[in-house]
Amino acid sequence: MSDIVTVDWYLILAAALFAIGVAGVLIRRNALVMFMSIELMLNSVNLTFVAVSKELGLIEGQVAALFVMVVAAAEVTVGLAIIVAIFRLRASANVDELAELKG
Amino acid sequence: MAEAVTFGIFAIVALAGAVTMLVAKNPVYSAVGLLSAMFALAVMYILLDAHLVAMVQVIIYAGAVMTLFLFVIMLIGVDNPNAYGPRPVSQSIVTWVVAGVFFAAIVLAGSGAWVTGSAAFGTADLNGTIENVADEMFGTWTIVFLSTVMLLTIAAVGTIALAYFTGADDDEAAA
Amino acid sequence: MTDWLWLLVALPLLGALVNLFFGRRLGEPASGWLALIVVVASFLIGAAASVGFFTGDELPETVYLFEWIPILGVDAAILWDPLSALLTLIVTGVGSLIHLFSIGYMHGDERFPRYFSFLNLFIASMLILVLAANYAVMFVGWELVGLSSYLLISFWFTKPAAAAAGKKAFIVNRIGDWGFLIALMIIFATFGTFDFETIFAEAPLMFGVGSGTITAITLLLFVGAAGKSAQIPLYVWLPDAMEGPTPVSALIHAATMVTAGVFMIARSAVLYELAPASGVVVAVVGTATALLAAVIAVAQTDIKRVLAYSTISQLGYMVLAVGAGAYSAGMFHLTTHAIFKALLFLGAGSVIHALAGEQNMFKMGGLRKPMPITWITMAAGWLAIVGIVPFAGFWSKDEILFAVFNRGDGWLILWLLGLVVALLTAFYMTRLFVLTFVGKPRWDDGVEPHESPPSMTIPLIVLAVLALGLGAWNTPFRLSFEHFLEPSFEGVPHPEGASTSEFVIFAGLVLVIAIIGLAAAWWRYTRDPLPAEDGSFWRNALAGFHVDDFYGRTIVAPGKAIATWSSEVFDRKVIDGVAEGTARGIRDAGSGTSALQTGQVRWYAAGMAIAGILVIVFFLFIGGAF
Repeated sequence: MSDIVTVDWYLILAAALFAIGVAGVLIRRNALVMFMSIELMLNSVNLTFVAVSKELGLIEGQVAALFVMVVAAAEVTVGLAIIVAIFRLRASANVDELAELKG
Repeated sequence: MAEAVTFGIFAIVALAGAVTMLVAKNPVYSAVGLLSAMFALAVMYILLDAHLVAMVQVIIYAGAVMTLFLFVIMLIGVDNPNAYGPRPVSQSIVTWVVAGVFFAAIVLAGSGAWVTGSAAFGTADLNGTIENVADEMFGTWTIVFLSTVMLLTIAAVGTIALAYFTGADDDEAAA
Repeated sequence: MTDWLWLLVALPLLGALVNLFFGRRLGEPASGWLALIVVVASFLIGAAASVGFFTGDELPETVYLFEWIPILGVDAAILWDPLSALLTLIVTGVGSLIHLFSIGYMHGDERFPRYFSFLNLFIASMLILVLAANYAVMFVGWELVGLSSYLLISFWFTKPAAAAAGKKAFIVNRIGDWGFLIALMIIFATFGTFDFETIFAEAPLMFGVGSGTITAITLLLFVGAAGKSAQIPLYVWLPDAMEGPTPVSALIHAATMVTAGVFMIARSAVLYELAPASGVVVAVVGTATALLAAVIAVAQTDIKRVLAYSTISQLGYMVLAVGAGAYSAGMFHLTTHAIFKALLFLGAGSVIHALAGEQNMFKMGGLRKPMPITWITMAAGWLAIVGIVPFAGFWSKDEILFAVFNRGDGWLILWLLGLVVALLTAFYMTRLFVLTFVGKPRWDDGVEPHESPPSMTIPLIVLAVLALGLGAWNTPFRLSFEHFLEPSFEGVPHPEGASTSEFVIFAGLVLVIAIIGLAAAWWRYTRDPLPAEDGSFWRNALAGFHVDDFYGRTIVAPGKAIATWSSEVFDRKVIDGVAEGTARGIRDAGSGTSALQTGQVRWYAAGMAIAGILVIVFFLFIGGAF
């Protein structure tokens, strides 16, 4: 156990990854890449869970990370299925063209 | 010291992978970037003694999920010209401002002692072996675990339903 | 052996589920065979488990399955005693034969597997009802048989009459269920449990004979029984229920489900013994039902409706028996009736099948030649219900009438009316038999009657043998049926048996009456040409004395008026007014803010991100970071 790498480092790394994920969702218009960004955000959250779990000596953080992975897996299957369905309908994965919700 | 070096190397790998994902024009590169970020995170988990999470990270994320991504990329075509149109400057500005502020907010939040307790790593002996995690997951969190079973079932059904979605008829497609 | 009893219910339930989900894949005969096998398996398990009751060295036992409603102390448990064993054997035994019959009868129906799924569901529900060890579980079975009955009556739901008949059965039964439910509430409020064993042990200790609480409970239970067992005034659903497939009429609406009310009263015998007034009400209603239904049956022209009214009439007999405290006589008639009425219905089904759907008896006649097996088996059923020695119906009917006579006093009136019913029964059943099988053919041109396939005739033969022989189970000379049931009616006074000389007089009397009715009908309907039946009696009786119209005017019409008012006036003006006003306000607010909705996903994502930042900032603020 080294004291050089404190939990802060992990949290900062997680925050950076999360911010990159946010940027990806906002800036990319390819639905797939937006999706990957969401996955990145989920991963960064997992990192914080595990890091804090270590910090506090509570195994619950790791359990939570596993649950996040399960939810993410479910989300990925459905999300990708939606993307494929939309692509079949529009021949495009560009989310800017999907503006049916415009009020 | 070795831990610090490992952390440094793989933190750089993770960030580089994430940035690659963000900026690559070709979605395949994006996917590969994300994949490397995920591997790097798996290493982080090992550093944090979360062995099971690390293993699952490699198998599920790096293995299954990313394979699914690549598969879909291949399915709908990698060179989709629609994806590369010019984007309004306003959007880029908003994006970077939001992302930057978000980063700052999280770091600020994480640095406050009220979030994580003491700033230094605790000395609690914690080992994320399968046995330890399983004790917790099938003890305290049984109901949650079973709920995820239901969630996965619903997701599978939903995916199958979507697979039948042909797009031929807007109304009858779902049937 | 009792460890296996849960399979009794589980197997048919499994069959129902498999047929529901995979029936179409199994295809036509396979799904029927599957349904048959699970019921036969249930029958074998039930038979094996009840051997001890026949030999007399097994005692009733409560088999605990699982905790169901802990807060009320209700467990899912099986009460395995001779009474439930008897009903189990009837339900699965007759059920097996009818499944077999149905495989032939439903041949070619496009919803063949669905039919067997429902039929298995019915068997499972009925077994839950009869095996229940407390009123709560019994109520579950009670409602489930109602459901499966509804599903099967309106099985051919594209026919408006069938859909309407299903609805009618369900709604009329609901009125009875209301009584049952209130009775259950009072029971729970009084005893704090639904458990049969506890209730029947405590009731005599807590209440004296004639107590108001017990009288209320028993009368309300009887409301439920009247709904399910088609007694006045709730009998009107049963004749219409004949819109369902004929094997269903045989199984559900003649042999098993409709006897649930009688069974329930017999199960609650201890309570009825504490409420003599309720017993009188039950007996009077039973007699009145038996008489009214018998009169109506005389004038029916549809073969299935004759049998339907005959069922109501025979149920009246059973209700009379249990009302008079002759529980084992009632249960014995239930048993024999299940056999011979199932036989008659299946025979009628075979006839209808042969005549391509014709149900009017005046268009039958002379079917003896083309359908010899149906003819001879139907004859056994006919003689059994008429009550000719030595067929089963003779022994059971005789026993009921004797028990009623033995009560003396006012019961003699009921006894006399019972004799009248016996006369009428002999008359209308002979009329049915003669019009169908004897005389000249009157069927329509182009109809070629033929004997039914073996899957239909085998059940007929088995049932006919039973209709002939089952009476021997409980003759006054050898009361083994009563001894068989004794463990179930512990603590219930036992009516006296007849001495041989009494028996000869009584049985002789009943037999003579039956023969008079039989002879009169035989003479009347073998004449040529047939008597025209268009007098005012015939017309009114054919229409069931317009009871349906009466209910329609007095209950259904006002109910519809209230419903119309609620929907046309109250709902449209008041409820919709509120709803539309709210909607209008929201719509105006929405169109005002819709400019924010660009439809661009990234703007929504940006909104989420900004909101996320605000949340973090908020927590930092209250955490004291600033």
